[in-house]
Amino acid sequence: MSVVELTNSDAAGRGFTSGIPDKVLHIDDVHKSFAGLHALSDVDLDVRQGETHAIIGPNGAGKSTLLNVCVGRIKPDRGAVIFDGDTLTGKSPHEINQLGVARVFQTPEVFLDLTVLENVMVPALSKRDGHFKLNPFSAIAGETSIRNEAEEVIVNVGLKNHVHAVASSLSRGDKRRLELAMGLIQRPKLLLLDEPTAGMARHDTNATIDLLKQIKEGGMTKVIIEHDMHVVFSLADRITVLAGGRIIAQGSPEEIKNNPKVKEAYLGEEQV
Amino acid sequence: MLRTLSRSDWLLMAIFTAIVVTLPWTMQPIGAAYPDLLQKFAIYGIFAIGFNILFGLTGYLSFGHAAFLGVGSYAAVWSFKLLTMNVLPALAFSVLIAGVFAFLIGYVSLRRSGIYFSILTLAFAQMSYNLAYSVLTPITNGETGLQTRAIRQSAEISLRDGDIRIIDQALGIQEFGVPITNLFGMKMSGYPGFYFCAVMLIVCFFVALCISRSNFGMMLKAIKSNQNRLNYTGIHTRPYLIAAFVISGMYAGLAGSLLAITDPIAGAERMQWTASGEVVLMTILGGVGTLVGPVLGAGLIKYAEQKVSSWNEGILNSAFSFLPDGAQAFFVELFSFFVGEGWHLTLGFMFMVIVIFLPGGLMEGFRRIGRAFNRARRSEGGRTTVAANTPAQERG
Repeated sequence: MSVVELTNSDAAGRGFTSGIPDKVLHIDDVHKSFAGLHALSDVDLDVRQGETHAIIGPNGAGKSTLLNVCVGRIKPDRGAVIFDGDTLTGKSPHEINQLGVARVFQTPEVFLDLTVLENVMVPALSKRDGHFKLNPFSAIAGETSIRNEAEEVIVNVGLKNHVHAVASSLSRGDKRRLELAMGLIQRPKLLLLDEPTAGMARHDTNATIDLLKQIKEGGMTKVIIEHDMHVVFSLADRITVLAGGRIIAQGSPEEIKNNPKVKEAYLGEEQV
Repeated sequence: MLRTLSRSDWLLMAIFTAIVVTLPWTMQPIGAAYPDLLQKFAIYGIFAIGFNILFGLTGYLSFGHAAFLGVGSYAAVWSFKLLTMNVLPALAFSVLIAGVFAFLIGYVSLRRSGIYFSILTLAFAQMSYNLAYSVLTPITNGETGLQTRAIRQSAEISLRDGDIRIIDQALGIQEFGVPITNLFGMKMSGYPGFYFCAVMLIVCFFVALCISRSNFGMMLKAIKSNQNRLNYTGIHTRPYLIAAFVISGMYAGLAGSLLAITDPIAGAERMQWTASGEVVLMTILGGVGTLVGPVLGAGLIKYAEQKVSSWNEGILNSAFSFLPDGAQAFFVELFSFFVGEGWHLTLGFMFMVIVIFLPGGLMEGFRRIGRAFNRARRSEGGRTTVAANTPAQERG
């Protein structure tokens, strides 16, 4: 299986009624404040089926808060997140994942005591068996198809030589690759990536861009939070710009590049 | 499952079985080859293996597992009093009751993690202990402890003072003197009792091995490694934790029933916090998260309890008789704090040494020895190779 094939089999999606055709994620008037500080205000956002949607903004803009609201880590004060017809607001993280939303964390959150292969097999088993299955006599060694699938994903993200290494022994960059593999193995309908190239050397960043481009060709919907504009403009179909918890601009990369508000608030003339 | 266990797993099972079965012979040189102690090795080995399923795999440290040991014992004695002196219904009854009890305690305690979970389990165990001593006296017989009696002749005699054993009576089984537990007529005292416990230990070890190698086991290890991440991977961790807690409680219930089978009396002291602490020590001494470690830890502690607690000044005097009088008196005086009633001091000292120098317990010690041995063998092999490749005139 190639990376291109590591895509949601339901990629066509059923979408749901709205003004925007085939939108898979709808963030409706979300508001969140912490001790009086407005982290998110009146955020409305639609992500279309199969697109790569980048969310950018300066530090403290509310990007990570928005992602946390999407995966159930933070409950919004107001508004709702609707994914493929299901309201995610109020659901727990495992329920949201079972609906087809996977997250790749900014700081690598892997199972440090398990091997790379086991790290990737865990989400694969979760996808197959659901959120709980009492199977104390079902041996891991007998899971040949899941093992093969996990090994292929591991090879695709460039960890071929670390399949049986314990995750704690990996470098930070390799842990990020492992994070990505853990997300990809589930073939989610929506993949949320929180700064997938943070801390990577340029060579590794370009390799990750190539990998994500291959997935893009497969039609998986992705939302990427990223500071590196090289990554954003290499991958994004559409971009949303947040500043001070509010959306200040939305559009194609070209539109964002030429948006004076964005230039003023975030990008700066010379960066664009 | 049986087909998917690796060759090394089967080898481990075979070695473990051989060691357990031959204990009556192999323990002779250290004076531990008598049924009472061997039964305790097996029973507390089961207790520690079960505890390790929770603590070793998920990292959740329970300080209340003695409650399930006590419940298992009471359930077994009630089975002897009400149903039959045959041990099989007692085993089933104990495991079932301990499982239900573990579910109730686990359901509440597992709402919290870390130190709060540990304190909650400790509180539940102490509540159980105190209840057994006070309001539940009609069931537990309080301080006296619950024990089997002869079959009562009149319904006016309370069940605590006279048993009914419905199944035995229905089958017309005659009793003479003190009722003795049996397995279809085979008395469960002495070596038959040990071998019965040994079979249970081997079965329990096999089940723990299967759990450790299963998808379920991998999820438990993932909980220990990063529970938060597992939630975002689509796994609802709480049912997994409750299942591990219940399985672990059932192991403790089984151990409790075996205590009652080999000595049909159940007292509340089995539920005391010190008993809960003991299984923690056994697991840490042997090696948390390992399969064999907890059994080794249980054996070591029970051996120390039986042996060191029986030593007295006379034994110390003869042990240090080779020293001059003054030195002998000094060492006897010094070591007398660590033997007899002071054996807990020996246990504490042993625990400190192992935790400081071998945080992974005895199993880590064995691994280190194995690695050192391999290094020595490799370097010797290297020297041999160099010597073989060196021309004769250079070798001299």
